[in-house]
Amino acid sequence: MTSTVLNLSSKSWPKSFLVFSILIWYGLYESLTPISEWLVSLLPVDRQTRLGGALQFFLYDTPKVLLLLTAVVFVMGMVNSYFTPERTRVILAGKSEGVGNIMAASLGIVTPFCSCSAVPLFIGFVQAGVPLGITFSFLISAPMVNEVALTLLFSMFGWKVAGLYLILGLSVAIVSGWVIGKLKLENYLEDWVRNMPKAVASIGDDQLTLSDRIESGKASVKEIVAKVWPYIIVGIAVGAGIHGYVPEDFMASLMGKDAWWSVPIAVLIGVPMYTNAAGIIPIVEALLAKGAALGTVLAFMMSVIALSLPEMIILRKVLKLRLIIIFASIVATGILLVGYIFNAVL
Amino acid sequence: MMEVKVLGTGCSNCKATVKLVEEIAKEKGASINMEKVEDIQDIMKFNILSTPGVVIDGKVVHAGGIPSREKVEAWFA
Repeated sequence: MTSTVLNLSSKSWPKSFLVFSILIWYGLYESLTPISEWLVSLLPVDRQTRLGGALQFFLYDTPKVLLLLTAVVFVMGMVNSYFTPERTRVILAGKSEGVGNIMAASLGIVTPFCSCSAVPLFIGFVQAGVPLGITFSFLISAPMVNEVALTLLFSMFGWKVAGLYLILGLSVAIVSGWVIGKLKLENYLEDWVRNMPKAVASIGDDQLTLSDRIESGKASVKEIVAKVWPYIIVGIAVGAGIHGYVPEDFMASLMGKDAWWSVPIAVLIGVPMYTNAAGIIPIVEALLAKGAALGTVLAFMMSVIALSLPEMIILRKVLKLRLIIIFASIVATGILLVGYIFNAVL
Repeated sequence: MMEVKVLGTGCSNCKATVKLVEEIAKEKGASINMEKVEDIQDIMKFNILSTPGVVIDGKVVHAGGIPSREKVEAWFA
């Protein structure tokens, strides 16, 4: 019932729909603390106990993260409708190295594509004359620096950490792509990819109205939030458990700043793991609260998202093994540096 | 008989697209011949950048993500 009413209004009154949604969202966000405290007070658990603390953490954090995520995914869905992969390809075709790498990494944040499109996208870019290194800058940045990762970092650690992650994530994508471009590795593309006919990059018409863009924002929410919410709840539950029960400074010796070897180990553990930002960040939060160093934890997170084994296997269809190994080593080196820089700066 | 091809390497979005197209074609009483194209070299022949893609009678009508219900309904109207 509600959804048909909203549907109607977002199609015929797009601006009022937006204002109305923002007001509801803000009202909900402002009532998070009172509602979570009230819910805990209803439970037969003392608020001051460990269990009470863990429950309050869970009941406050879950709706907060979901609200922020819904808002950001919605806005990004609207922004994404301006940047189709086709349009991005036109922008990047024939760009020179350097500037091209920077543009590619930045477009990686706003251009929507699902991970199973990595191969068609890769081939389509190369066919249209986007240089290999620039294509890689795009492919590295797109999954690593995404709206889900940034929202979660922001909602849990504030804008400084989210900003640092954005800048360093982009840097890894720009520099890794630039290095790959300099190495002239075109020979390590699979033969059939090199032999594909060149394509001319062109853009189709794009006559989207505001209500079309709102629809595309809603579609993103439906697709992304519907997919990640179970990870978030499990993650926050684990986080809440660690929050309530693991002693302070427990992680300090394992993942603290003084343990220099913890960064490479975190990256090595991260690569074979495959989950998304949503599943990992709540756990990251709890680890940090118990003394793990931010750089180590973020390096772990980046390697989980940017260097996953399934993605390597998919890319094997278009890249020779040697290029995949070079690609993974360069990105891993970048992530290691990010880990050490975070640890040194914060 | 319409020749419908769904292009995609087999991720969940591609499967959902196949299901949606079959469902709506049935509702609309359109007779279709559905083919799933999963080989990456075959997919690339259609010059699309993101999957899932939908091809009807040799023409690409959709690429990137699950198509909306309205869009699919329009194909079989």
